[in-house]
Amino acid sequence: MLPHTMPHRAAIWNFIFGRLSLAAFPLGSNLEDRIVQFTFIGVVVIGVAILAAITKYRKWGYLWREWFTTVDHKKLGIMYMILGTVMLVRGFADAIMMRSQQAFAFGANMGYLPPHHFDQIFSAHGSIMIFFVAMAYIIGLMNYVMPLQIGSRDVAFPYLNNLGFWLTFGGVVLFMISLFVGDFSTAGWLGYPPVSELQQGPGVDYYIWGLQLSGVGSLLSGINFVVTILKMRAPGMTLMKMPVFTWTTLCTSGLIVVSFPFLTASLLMLSIDRYLGTHFFTSGMGGNLMLYINLIWVWGHPEVYILILPLFGVYSEIVPTFSKKPLFGYSSMVYATVAIMVLSYLVWLHHFFTMGSGPAVNSFFSLTTMLISIPTGVKIFNWLFTMYRGRVHLSVPMLWVLGFLFTFSLGGMTGVMLSVAPADFLLHNSLFLVAHFHNVIIGGVVFGIFAAINYWFPKAFGFKLNEFWGKVTFWCWFIGFWVAFGPLYIMGLMGVTRRLSHFTDMSLQKWEIAAWIGALIIFCGIAAFIIQIAVSIKDRKKLACGNDPWDGRTLEWSTSSPPPEYNFAFIPNVRDRDAWMDMKENGGDRRPMEGFNLIHMPKNTASGVVIAALGCICGFALTWFIWWLAIASFIGIFVAIIVHAFTYRSDHHIPAADVSHFEHTGNWNPEQQGVAA
Amino acid sequence: MSNPSAPGHSPAQGHEGAMHENHGSLRGYLTGFVLAAILTVIPFWLVLDHIIGDFKVAVFVILALATLQIIVHMIFFLHVNVQSEGGWNLMGLLFTITLVVIVLGASIWSMFNENNLMMPTMSVPIQQYHAPAPPHSPGS
Amino acid sequence: MNTTTIDTTGSAPIEFYCRQEPPAHNGTLLGFWFYLMSDCFIFASLFVANAMLGTNYAGGPTGAEVLDIPGLALNTALLLVSSVVFGFAMLEMARQRKGAMLGWLALAGLFAAAFVGLEIHEFIGMIAAGATPERSAFLTSFFVLVGTHGFHVTMGIIWLIVLMVQAGRSGITEVNIRRLRCLSMFWHFLDLVWIGVFSYVYLIGVLR
Repeated sequence: MLPHTMPHRAAIWNFIFGRLSLAAFPLGSNLEDRIVQFTFIGVVVIGVAILAAITKYRKWGYLWREWFTTVDHKKLGIMYMILGTVMLVRGFADAIMMRSQQAFAFGANMGYLPPHHFDQIFSAHGSIMIFFVAMAYIIGLMNYVMPLQIGSRDVAFPYLNNLGFWLTFGGVVLFMISLFVGDFSTAGWLGYPPVSELQQGPGVDYYIWGLQLSGVGSLLSGINFVVTILKMRAPGMTLMKMPVFTWTTLCTSGLIVVSFPFLTASLLMLSIDRYLGTHFFTSGMGGNLMLYINLIWVWGHPEVYILILPLFGVYSEIVPTFSKKPLFGYSSMVYATVAIMVLSYLVWLHHFFTMGSGPAVNSFFSLTTMLISIPTGVKIFNWLFTMYRGRVHLSVPMLWVLGFLFTFSLGGMTGVMLSVAPADFLLHNSLFLVAHFHNVIIGGVVFGIFAAINYWFPKAFGFKLNEFWGKVTFWCWFIGFWVAFGPLYIMGLMGVTRRLSHFTDMSLQKWEIAAWIGALIIFCGIAAFIIQIAVSIKDRKKLACGNDPWDGRTLEWSTSSPPPEYNFAFIPNVRDRDAWMDMKENGGDRRPMEGFNLIHMPKNTASGVVIAALGCICGFALTWFIWWLAIASFIGIFVAIIVHAFTYRSDHHIPAADVSHFEHTGNWNPEQQGVAA
Repeated sequence: MSNPSAPGHSPAQGHEGAMHENHGSLRGYLTGFVLAAILTVIPFWLVLDHIIGDFKVAVFVILALATLQIIVHMIFFLHVNVQSEGGWNLMGLLFTITLVVIVLGASIWSMFNENNLMMPTMSVPIQQYHAPAPPHSPGS
Repeated sequence: MNTTTIDTTGSAPIEFYCRQEPPAHNGTLLGFWFYLMSDCFIFASLFVANAMLGTNYAGGPTGAEVLDIPGLALNTALLLVSSVVFGFAMLEMARQRKGAMLGWLALAGLFAAAFVGLEIHEFIGMIAAGATPERSAFLTSFFVLVGTHGFHVTMGIIWLIVLMVQAGRSGITEVNIRRLRCLSMFWHFLDLVWIGVFSYVYLIGVLR
């Protein structure tokens, strides 16, 4: 039994195209279709311009050899960051559409978005912001920084790193296709049944396969980073000498390994229900939809700590650097991180206190939720004490940290309010909840990502980012956030529920318009960020800085900016925490300039691109019931994996002469440049 | 997890190269096999011959035997021990077991309560469906 | 810590850089172990589903009516023997005896294939008798949990064939040893899952 509707046409067309037909394309003349058509034209124009430019400047070979097939963690990190930024714009476009709808759809005015379209937009906004913005950014950061911080040449599984990126990208492609071909899910960012079970169109299937692809990618990254940290640290770097960012990477990656399987399994069961008509989460025949909600939150709650922990690491790097002091309470910071990692697995039930599990269950999870604020509080105090009596230098990264401390602390407190189960019965599914999680995710994760970009950009590219536009970005985001989400707190306390596409109570309009203005200010913040990058690239000669522009403390600042492919000509010997500060203070900051060794590095591979492309095709085919294509691409994935398994020579050597040349001149050999370009 | 004295990259870890790791021994595999066979046969015998009348006791005994057998497999077949990979194998395993127990326990606890509190009718036995005959599977 | 050359003599200058490349540490086995741990959670969620839905017969057949315990006994025996036989192959691998290793591997694969075959046969029998996955939530969770295990075993067999070809071609090299050890972990890990399946889904399933 297949719960689907095939178009009425000759059987052969249904075989070839499944349920895909012209009706899936937004060709109508109503406003909803017009919006999509204009977006499509915009995407085509920009896309064609980019493709034409690449072709004109003959950069396809360069892109393929140097970027698409790369196994270099630094390049993959940069690619993740670019992907995150592009998807931030996409996710924000959804946000501003929702805010505009809600600001004006009052009383007789029904707004410009029909409910079905509005529902797709909030579902897409949530899924994209979590999976393709926040996850892409944190995996990008961990990829770039962590191997440099532990004094390693690469990650443990460079090929899986490449594959993980392309799988995430495959998920993005499916999400983006859903914009133009068929609908997207209307079941919210977690795809709750019964909506996700009953929605017949391709929307939920796009959602499922997009997340399955990127979920596998995240799992591969998680395993990769854990093994990298456990196996590839520089000599002398014991666990308690690791930088805090590396610690948080370890804990986050551990959480990825133990929680993403629940996402995979929940979505798998949902898809089996949808495709085969089984009864995991149906309302009849013994199914239980609360089972889905339970299982997906076993992933979902650790996921928010997966997102925030690396940024806690970022703050722990930035605060000491700009306070010119070692981090206050290093051990307590490490133990707090580990405590959060374990506790994050004990709280998921607070997402459905209203499910009706009774006072015993709710009290238990209420208490564990409150407990988790203790290690978080420890961290906040550690950062404050690090700044106390330090020489705090208010550069852009530090500004973001201060904004974070203020915003995140308040967001954490509203979280504690929500953790009180009786209060949650009133606040559940209200705008208060929406304001709370945006408060911690924007105030914690997004602010941290901007801090990290400003902090490590000079390492990745050799020049600093423009200070002025950096400050404009910060103030727009900081003010915009509070203007946008302050009203949501107020409306939430008044009992306004989330995800409404129309309001009848006119007295709420002033708050909605205030929130809309806040979103516009955040838009200015995003624009300022893009201007900041553009201006900095234009002025890169003027902004050029040395290898260590902030007087950093950890090993990534000991190598060149940008670092060579092999990261370190000589692997550092670590004696202390803040290893690079120790080296600088004891005369170890001058690198040896002779006696270079042959360096062993992994070789680029096209397998990642091929497997992810086949996975993406398979997801598309499954979405549209194009069974022959689904089967063919699924078999193709296996063939590609087996072919890859027969490649034994997956490495190459960089001759000592080339290393020497780079270390002396900062450039690759001319002949090698020729090969690269 | 955070033993400050654990070395980062000591040569003691260096011998984990694939050539030198413990592959078990014939005696180990055979011991494991015999133990596993015994621990498998007991629960089958308990169920097939209806040895234990009380459902709860039977469940407890079967799960206890299964846990024992899992430990036997881990020791004799998977060669899990304190030393392999600097202890990280065991650490990962213990972390996994803890979390699996948390997830299974808390899910069952909360969903059981939910069923009792929210759907009281569900605890009344549903009228039994009388299948014509239980399908006989191959291999019997 | 004794790989470092820090301050060993007292008077020598502090050496902040390793002049020789430090030894590389291959992380494949540890990484694969972590993958297996993550796979545990996939099965854990399917077990949660079975625990919650295992008595929701929806008026359909119960566990006592459809679950075939004698067939299960044969299947369990096949998997257990396959596991031990794989262990014998690993012993031969350690002795660098390629032929004997390939023989044991083939035997382990045959036992596993028989296991999968019996399982498919059991499924077909149940479906023919009307106990289909769509019949009730109990049957849904049963088929998906047991089927996911069977899918893993099938993947293991395909992997086994690939590795036998590779070992046959290039012998018992370091890379192949590593791959075989990963597969060995996978093979024994599926045994562990099966212990859970036969104890909880089948034996407890027919009691309740």
